[in-house]
Amino acid sequence: MAEIAAVEETFKRLQSHRGVLGVLVVNGDGIAIRSTFDNETTVAYAALVSGFTVKARRAVRQLDADNELRFLRIRSRKHEIMVAPEFERGEYALVVVQDPAAE
Amino acid sequence: MAPFGALLKRGGKRGAHRDKAQAQADAAEPPPLPPPPIGDEFAVPVREYVRPDNQLQLSEAQLGEEMPRMLTATNPTAPKNLARFNMKERCFKFDAMVDQTVAHYSSSGWLLHKSSEEAKKQGDAERAEAEAAAKFQSEVERAAREKEAGMDVEPPDDSRQLRNRFNFGDRAAQTFNYPLREGGTMTEPPPTATTTGSCSAWEVYDEYLRDAERQRAEEAAKPKGGARRPSTAAPGHAAAAAAPPAAGAAGGGSTLQGPAAEAAAAAAQRGGAAAAAARGDDDGDAALSAAGPAVAAAAAILDRMVVQNALADVAMDFKYWDDATDSFRPGEGSLLPLWTFKCPRGRKHVTSIAWSPAYTDMFAVGYGSFHFHRQTGGLVAIHSLKNPAAAENVFVTASGVMAVDFHPTFPNLLAIGCYDGSVAVFDARRRGGAPLYQATARSGKHSDAVWQVAWQEDELQKTLQFASVSTDGDVVLWTLTRSELAPERLMRLGARAALAAGGAVAAAAAAAAGAEAPGGGAAAAAARRVGGGVCMHFHWADGREHQYLAFSSEFLASFSGHGMAVYSVRWNRLHPSVFLSASADWSLRVWDARRAAAGPVLSFDLGDAVGDAAWAPYASTVAAAVTDDGRVHVIDVAANRLTPLCSQKVVRSARLTRLAFNARHPILLVGDSKGNVTCLKLSPNLRRSGGGAAGAGAQPHAAAAPAAGVGAAAAGERFEAAERQRLDGVLEVALKGRRAAVAAAAAEAASGGSCAAA
Repeated sequence: MAEIAAVEETFKRLQSHRGVLGVLVVNGDGIAIRSTFDNETTVAYAALVSGFTVKARRAVRQLDADNELRFLRIRSRKHEIMVAPEFERGEYALVVVQDPAAE
Repeated sequence: MAPFGALLKRGGKRGAHRDKAQAQADAAEPPPLPPPPIGDEFAVPVREYVRPDNQLQLSEAQLGEEMPRMLTATNPTAPKNLARFNMKERCFKFDAMVDQTVAHYSSSGWLLHKSSEEAKKQGDAERAEAEAAAKFQSEVERAAREKEAGMDVEPPDDSRQLRNRFNFGDRAAQTFNYPLREGGTMTEPPPTATTTGSCSAWEVYDEYLRDAERQRAEEAAKPKGGARRPSTAAPGHAAAAAAPPAAGAAGGGSTLQGPAAEAAAAAAQRGGAAAAAARGDDDGDAALSAAGPAVAAAAAILDRMVVQNALADVAMDFKYWDDATDSFRPGEGSLLPLWTFKCPRGRKHVTSIAWSPAYTDMFAVGYGSFHFHRQTGGLVAIHSLKNPAAAENVFVTASGVMAVDFHPTFPNLLAIGCYDGSVAVFDARRRGGAPLYQATARSGKHSDAVWQVAWQEDELQKTLQFASVSTDGDVVLWTLTRSELAPERLMRLGARAALAAGGAVAAAAAAAAGAEAPGGGAAAAAARRVGGGVCMHFHWADGREHQYLAFSSEFLASFSGHGMAVYSVRWNRLHPSVFLSASADWSLRVWDARRAAAGPVLSFDLGDAVGDAAWAPYASTVAAAVTDDGRVHVIDVAANRLTPLCSQKVVRSARLTRLAFNARHPILLVGDSKGNVTCLKLSPNLRRSGGGAAGAGAQPHAAAAPAAGVGAAAAGERFEAAERQRLDGVLEVALKGRRAAVAAAAAEAASGGSCAAA
């Protein structure tokens, strides 16, 4: 319970940082559980990012079977997509889209 | 023998018997003829009435009664009445009209009567058929005649002729029917999840009760959280760490049924006004709470990533920035402010800072209050340089925290001392608020504020012990047993009326595991190491300092020099006999423990009351101090014995209260009276210790930090020895200078006196 409160708190803090465009939680099936974006954007991000994460994880594990993906950062011209997946306790991924150059 | 005709006659009226009593009634009737005598058949028969014995005797009236008999044509086998259920009246009713006809014989035939309807119809049909046939015949003949005559003729129309029902053929055609085939598609069904629940009257009732409690808690917490409500109402605003923890706690609590009550109570403590704002987010939270524990770790990582992005330039500065102007200004340095860590709850004074021995980016800050009158609750927050936006862990205590210390070998153990005299040990890993051990009045806590705690390094590591010092005059050694803290009074600091403002338990005692125990002559040192005693250095409110040997509870030496309260005393990390003291009389003094009588070897005037001072870990001659006017001073006794290398104002309108060097990175933490801890980076001039040949070059820290491997250890020892030598050299020079100055002054005084005398 304290964990869930901590998660909520972290979530709200994440949204309030400078330049953060939105936060997203995706489950193992690629469905967004929680999102601060609007519907279409959520669906798009969820589908694309989860596919990408699966590929990245597979790449890491094939190179070394003991290894595990920790997090992903996709830096594009406009903003940065950061994905923190969690594989041990259920398949989840937390996605944050941030524009670091924003003031 | 009786003539039956006569009997019949009577029987015809009734056919019944009469009894002998009525024989007289029969007298009116002609008497019966006597039977003919035997032998005479031709004689007139004599009528004789014989009455049978069992004949029914009836009276004349009865005999004369008319008995009508009707002959009806009814069916004897038909029932008298039929009982039928009448739906209208809903009861069985007798129907007396019963069909009385009986058919004895019936058979079907094919004869019709001439004058019946059907016979007439048949006749009409036959006549029509005959007419049509005649007509057609005439047509055919006409066509044949015309054909014979050679005219173009069309055959007679015979479509209306009656056809032979046995002998005609029918022709038809049918188009090809394509065989039907069915095709379809099905999409993949959307992923579904089943949820179940139950709802009964008692569940609804329970939920109502819980909701009522929640509302009550919210009402109770409203005045507390009133000031923060504008910031929580718009959660997307500044990362004020004060409001989000409350919002988080309340939001998390409102989604779950079970712990809702306790979470609501906890939220009430922390200003649960945010509960109303958070509850609107319930539906999304339900799924999130299911994912909670898994997402927590990912969320923490992402938090750091996001903050790193937002403060990317600060992270770069921390790693790579070196003030280039330092090469033009030898003997001067600067401090670059990096991050600022806010107090998670309100504005308390920073009373102590301690770096973690295991993780070079983690540190604990104790918050409390230095005001005697305005005492509030206390806080211990564990921060990490990686995430300045929020503390990693927060522990709330009932009274202000005055001292924190990490255990050098078990870096999860955090000992704290509070203003109310209690000490506690926390596990830094746990996210809860409860300490592992807590000293209470019963278990012997101090009766006045605890100013310092220090873990004792036990070489055998059988027990965990820490010492605490308080203004009530006791130095207590606490031992962690399985269930509680066991106090053991090490010494009493004498009933000096001037005992106030606390003492400093030299952390050098902890560092003494490797090096010599500082403070005292070589002879005493041997005994001290065997006994594992603690050498402590105390300073008093009246400005004197004393040195104790804990093992034998003796005074070793007393140093006087300061005019006002001494706030901090620190041993030099590399030189076992040198320490500095920071005092409210605006001065920072360096002392040599071997020459107690000589007084302070060096003295710096810093312009305002000095709150804290510390030696640098990478050089024996560098120290830093913080003053009440918000400035940080860095001095290097080897380079400049009169003025600090750097005096920089770091905080506006707050008093700087505490200072701590990081063992590995060239950064400095300063805490102020508004609850902020600022991280400053030392410029290159400050990192190197100038003025000495053995000044550490490019990597002062790598050498200073304890390293594995014999080679590295040897190098470390050499470095330490070199540093000690340097410091000794500096002190010698300083003392010589002082003696010379004293001698000159004495000479002058003497000469002045002699002049005066003369």
